[in-house]
Amino acid sequence: MSAPVAAPGTPPLGSTSSGTGPPNGPAALGSIRGGAVGDRIYRWTITGFALCVPLLLALIALELGSAAWPAFRRFGLGFLAESHWDAVNGRFGAGPAIFGTVVSSIIALLVATPLAIGAAIFLSEFAPSWLRQPVAFLVDLLAAIPSVVYGLWGIFVLVPLLRTHVMPFLSNTLRLGGTPLFSGPAYGPSMLAAGLILAVMILPYISAVSREVLLAVPRSQREAALALGATRWEMIWDAVLPYARSGIVGGVILGLGRALGETMAVTMVIGNRAEISASLFAPGYTMASLIANEFSEATNELHLSALMAVGATLFAITLVVSAIARWLVWRVSREAGT
Amino acid sequence: MIALAKPRAVVLLVAFATTVACGGGDRAPGETGRASSGSVDLTGAGATFPYPLYSKWFSDYASRTGVRINYQSIGSGGGIRQLSEGTVDFGASDSPMTDAELAKAKGGPVMHVPTVLGAVAVTYNVPELREPLRLTGELLADVFLGRITKWNDARIAALNSGAPLPAKDILVVHRSDGSGTTFIFTDYLAATSSSWATAPGKGKEVQWPVGLGGKGNEGVAGQVKQTPGTIGYVELAYAKQNRLPVAAIRNAAGEYVTPSVESATAAAAGVAERLGASTDYRVSIVNAPGAGAYPISSFTWILAYRNQPDSTKGRKLVDFLRWALREGGASAAALDYAPLPPAMVSRLEQRLDSIRVGARP
Repeated sequence: MSAPVAAPGTPPLGSTSSGTGPPNGPAALGSIRGGAVGDRIYRWTITGFALCVPLLLALIALELGSAAWPAFRRFGLGFLAESHWDAVNGRFGAGPAIFGTVVSSIIALLVATPLAIGAAIFLSEFAPSWLRQPVAFLVDLLAAIPSVVYGLWGIFVLVPLLRTHVMPFLSNTLRLGGTPLFSGPAYGPSMLAAGLILAVMILPYISAVSREVLLAVPRSQREAALALGATRWEMIWDAVLPYARSGIVGGVILGLGRALGETMAVTMVIGNRAEISASLFAPGYTMASLIANEFSEATNELHLSALMAVGATLFAITLVVSAIARWLVWRVSREAGT
Repeated sequence: MIALAKPRAVVLLVAFATTVACGGGDRAPGETGRASSGSVDLTGAGATFPYPLYSKWFSDYASRTGVRINYQSIGSGGGIRQLSEGTVDFGASDSPMTDAELAKAKGGPVMHVPTVLGAVAVTYNVPELREPLRLTGELLADVFLGRITKWNDARIAALNSGAPLPAKDILVVHRSDGSGTTFIFTDYLAATSSSWATAPGKGKEVQWPVGLGGKGNEGVAGQVKQTPGTIGYVELAYAKQNRLPVAAIRNAAGEYVTPSVESATAAAAGVAERLGASTDYRVSIVNAPGAGAYPISSFTWILAYRNQPDSTKGRKLVDFLRWALREGGASAAALDYAPLPPAMVSRLEQRLDSIRVGARP
């Protein structure tokens, strides 16, 4: 049941430990033909393959770190908080981009998680079987759409919709305009637009993983709950969801990872303004879009190094997030006592 | 996703294989000079802005002479980097190389050959206006600095007497990606407004005081088209092909000129007259003198080493550049690029003679 969680994380790492297991079976067969050597070659080859991945990771980290070093040496740790990004005068700080990446991903998670889990519960518990397959297929299809297409949809559909209907509704009709979260003019391209488009993009990941996990919950679990007199809702809430919790958390983290690194669609709708603003209506910037925007035309050494430093920061943040995720999954599954 | 990625990988592999194959082919001098089909004689990299025109030139030139030129439009910055490292035979850029960049070039002195002209159009979305909006450089700078925030500001009204300017907020839209278009535009603002020159300054990406960033010409144009009250800037060719409203900008001679192929060429002609014989053509032509000159114009350059150690490649490159200067102007105008003024073409052709083919750097 933890299989869907491990799959998106580090499958090759997992295969080293499990790699020692299975060969024992065929080894007995192999020894008949006199080939413990073949078995050893097989084992070393597989180990080599598995080691490739951490090696590659280390290489990337090393390369990023050395390219980013001049910028970190010049600006120190203030680089992470400073909000200037001025290529003309050579002053760089990644504060707004880090802020934008984190905030847009959080918005995406807040919007997508309930929707995705709701859809997964419907598909696994309520949907008649003739409806389950088509709807599941459609949700999965969302994951196959290239991000530039999402970006275009964002520019031509989502952003105008936000500007003409959603933003005026939030600030005028609901009278939220006075609160810092929804203040300022409604241009359209904004942190809100970026968060929403990310929500649509990560929804299929969370939903697909959650659905598989829910379907893997044993029938006996449900039957036992119902036999104890639980309603259908209580059965799902008290028996099914706790059982599937660690898997669902894994799916959410997978979505978060996707949201942190997404580049193209976000660049097209976020407004690309290196400023920290409390308002969701204000334009923002993300680390990935900053790199995508400026890398091709950066000639100055310091500028290039600053972009590399942004890349290294993004790399570090994703590592930390996936570490937290592993820990969370581990803790949740231990708590659940499964 | 995987199904999508696979064919692309194959194409890349094939492209890589061809490059490798032709690299090897050049080492064998026994072959006939004429390239066999599929091989590449020259490789270049750089600016995206002139790419549509360059690719037409390369295909015309290949069908005429058999010389094949491979060009990667990876951006001016990338073009300069690759030329400096010597991984391409020529580079292309929308902004001239700086002295520091020239000093780092591994192949020795670099020659800047202007090929065509680009112009940047100021586009806006004010449905009330019937006539083209009139602006000066200073006014434009103040709008992009956030000092003028309303369309019916007294200073805008003074230039557009009688125009029904609305009392709406101005929303500035600029490019978010580093681009030659931004360089030309900010170069112009810095040339006409002293406060712009000190605060954001000029560059391919600057720290914009106000506004939203759109990715690419299409990002800026999309935002301007959709939102009333916006003002932004795009390449002339893009503005023309998409029939965007464009502002008339006051030039150094005091006339209000709309961007066009002719007015950009006029800007180059005005500057070319004043260039000394020994110029390296690393010149800005924004706010150019002369009648009918559109002030937000610029050259785009092909960058080549003055000393070409490989005589076969060097000769091919010089021949191509000569052909492009002589014959390229005609196809330029058809694609909305402004051709160089005739007086400059003959001077540049003479300049090509100074490329030393077969010389050690």
